[in-house]
Amino acid sequence: MTGTGVGPELIRLDGVAASYDGHRVLEDVSFHVHEDQFTGIVGPSGAGKTTLLRVLLKTLAPVAGTVWRAPGLRVAYVPQLETVNWNFPITVFECVLMSRKTGRLMPWASAAEKNKVAEVLDRLGIADLAQRHIRELSGGQQQRMFLARALLRQPQVLLLDEPTSGVDISTRHDILHLLADLHEDGVAIVLTTHDLNGMATHLPHLVCVNHRIVADGTPFEVMTPTVLENTFGARMEVLEHLGMRVVVDEAPTPFTPRLRG
Amino acid sequence: METLLEPLSYAFFQKGLFVASLSGALLGLIGVYIVLRGMSYMGHGLSHSIFGGFAAMQLFAAQFYAIGAGLWGIASALAITTVTKRSRVGADAAIGVITIASFALGVALFAKFGTSGPSFENALFGSILGISTGQIVGLIAVSFLTTAFVLLRYRALLFSTFDPDVAAVSGVNVGRIEAALMVVLSLAILATLTVVGVTLVAAMLVIPAVVARMLTDSFGRMLAYSTIIGTLCGLIGMYVSYYAGVPSGTMIVLVGAALFIVVLLATGGRGLRRSAGLDSHSEELVAEKSA
Repeated sequence: MTGTGVGPELIRLDGVAASYDGHRVLEDVSFHVHEDQFTGIVGPSGAGKTTLLRVLLKTLAPVAGTVWRAPGLRVAYVPQLETVNWNFPITVFECVLMSRKTGRLMPWASAAEKNKVAEVLDRLGIADLAQRHIRELSGGQQQRMFLARALLRQPQVLLLDEPTSGVDISTRHDILHLLADLHEDGVAIVLTTHDLNGMATHLPHLVCVNHRIVADGTPFEVMTPTVLENTFGARMEVLEHLGMRVVVDEAPTPFTPRLRG
Repeated sequence: METLLEPLSYAFFQKGLFVASLSGALLGLIGVYIVLRGMSYMGHGLSHSIFGGFAAMQLFAAQFYAIGAGLWGIASALAITTVTKRSRVGADAAIGVITIASFALGVALFAKFGTSGPSFENALFGSILGISTGQIVGLIAVSFLTTAFVLLRYRALLFSTFDPDVAAVSGVNVGRIEAALMVVLSLAILATLTVVGVTLVAAMLVIPAVVARMLTDSFGRMLAYSTIIGTLCGLIGMYVSYYAGVPSGTMIVLVGAALFIVVLLATGGRGLRRSAGLDSHSEELVAEKSA
């Protein structure tokens, strides 16, 4: 994976500030997305990771600074699984197809569209689940379904909000490999994560955010005790294992549960 | 068989049966979006709001009451959307203030000045007997418009209902779709007001959609089922209304309620779970399957 972002620029934020109801969440953020980028945005809860994604998506207008996007840029977004109404009456096929604009008078899928959806589902290994209700899928399959919906738009930039939140280790690995494959195919990827060891350390480029950009660079450059403390507000130890950074929580005193009786 | 055919010999019943079935279908179709967007209270509020416009137009320009009441309803819907988006007032509170105040105004106008058009009770509870040819034409036109809107904007409507944030990112003009849906909803309520009545329209927006939700997990099928269920409610409700000698609106809604109970009993826990809006994750389902 390359992902350090040296290809043509696709999105550029300069000195961006964002707020909700007058409360500043992001301050003076400058961030560029390049064609060959694969970036993880890390930070604690409430640090502004999702807000940064929303600014990149242009669903939240900044209160200061500028946002530039390459003309005609195709951006796709995969939301957090927790934000989805899983009881909504929709099958996997219907969910994936909804992102495709129809140029036809009738709403049902054409033969070409059916083939396209089948092809994307097959690529993501969930072709046999097309007629299942979305609630019937496992966490990993749900993530793949949303990836399929995003891919159907043939995006140049894929933004994902906590793609490995709430999934098991094996699914996390699958998702990571899938994203790496997409990146190899030329899709720029920006995702948020608070999973330092399971996700962030595997990515080629990280941006540490705590209302402003604390640091950015490769995991080796930014996963240091000082940067992590400035980002997360907690002391952490950083070890090296198999050529990768591993973050260990440096608790001041061991936690001993008090047992009753 | 003769019992079923007998009322059909009356022209008023043929007309009533057509109007009731079409009204049921129309409310069933649009009701799917209202229920899935959590806007059932909006339907209830809008029907009351339109009543205010209905009464005001009876007073000032009775010949244009449909246009006036329709505009009144659309204005109310857009006011609610604007108030909700631009202030800290929740949608339910905005609906409560704007639409019920409009309804109160309607009641006050009827009480003070009376009316030369359809009676107060008919507007409240619906009467198929008083429906004019102009109203039937209006109902047909609104039904065509609604069907065209649903078919032509099917994916944009579905996307913005299921996942408005991602829909907006994917090029769907969510604000415009919502505004158009409010306009169509207002027109549908107005067109069916004299059939089902102000107080009962909301029930016919909700019942067919909820029953359909209990029967299927597919959005496309839910749309079709809800439209068919709405049609059946209108059809059966009209017959029962004829034989029982009660207002059409009440019987249409009661048939819908009976259908709800039957489907609830037939589908059991599965139907309840589908319609309860549970945010259940796969773990629960896997556990359920493996149990």
